[in-house]
Amino acid sequence: MHELPVTESILEIVLRHAKQNQVKRIVSITLEVGELSDLDNQWLQHYFDYLSKDTTADGALLKIQRTPTVLECSKCGNQFEIEKSQLGLSDCPQCGASEGFSLISGRQYHIMEMEAI
Amino acid sequence: MEEVKLIQIKENILSDNDQAAGQLREKLRAEKTFVINLMASPGAGKTSLLLQTIRRLKDELRIGVIEADIDSVVDAEKIRNSGVAAVQLRTGGFCHLDAAMVQAGLEGIGSKDFDLIFIENVGNLVCPAEFDTGAIKNAMILSVPEGDDKPLKYPLMFTVSDILLVNKTDMIHMTDFDMAVLRKHVLGLHPDMEILEVSAKTGDNIDLWADWVRRAVKNFS
Repeated sequence: MHELPVTESILEIVLRHAKQNQVKRIVSITLEVGELSDLDNQWLQHYFDYLSKDTTADGALLKIQRTPTVLECSKCGNQFEIEKSQLGLSDCPQCGASEGFSLISGRQYHIMEMEAI
Repeated sequence: MEEVKLIQIKENILSDNDQAAGQLREKLRAEKTFVINLMASPGAGKTSLLLQTIRRLKDELRIGVIEADIDSVVDAEKIRNSGVAAVQLRTGGFCHLDAAMVQAGLEGIGSKDFDLIFIENVGNLVCPAEFDTGAIKNAMILSVPEGDDKPLKYPLMFTVSDILLVNKTDMIHMTDFDMAVLRKHVLGLHPDMEILEVSAKTGDNIDLWADWVRRAVKNFS
């Protein structure tokens, strides 16, 4: 739902790196986005195409890697991956505890790397 | 043929906002101004709850409210009529508040002259959860008619909030809302979540919430 401000932020960061590295054109940008983040790939690309017009990032492809949601059980310390739809419903696969989990991973919003010429 | 270079970036997309939020919190600590970011769906009762809270606390704390519900001055007027300061942020249709917008609101209201400031975030359970506003605590309201399954649909919101107010308990008998199911879902996501069952309409248990706020402000300053 908030792809637009996020896209603005992505563009700002990659253009800074493009300048530092004196590249002519950005070909692709690899993002790591947590499964819990409500970002839609298609809309990210759509907004990116719009905002990046006439910049060195014009035409760059966003490669979006989704990182899984990982919880840690406060009872036994076990860390386990979980589907978003199972959050709040699943027990710890190791000790069977039904609650007391903390979120270890699943909220990432990272720009990992970019390809440029 | 030009060579394609791989450039490592490894930057957090939200780092600017996270940094701004961190600076804002430092400033609030220095000013001893406690800020609560209030999040909920449209119609969950944010404004009604605020009015009830203000009534209980306005004689002992200097309270301000930053209103951010999309382009409406109705809420800010209601709050001002209750006798506390309020500023309306024009979010221009934005689905959430970020730290920069909150900073503008805090400057507009003059945050150092207040003990307690509520931010009424944009009515939405998705976007506000992803953007740190710089508030000291996050509170969320879930109203009974929205259903006990909301933690499953909006897990992030229930993860980032420090306290959950389950509002409109006065109408629970008209619904199939199961408080035990809700508690299980919430605590499964966030074991330390404080949960209060309230009714902003009848005032039921609002005193418990007012006590929570009072304690939090006292421990902060």
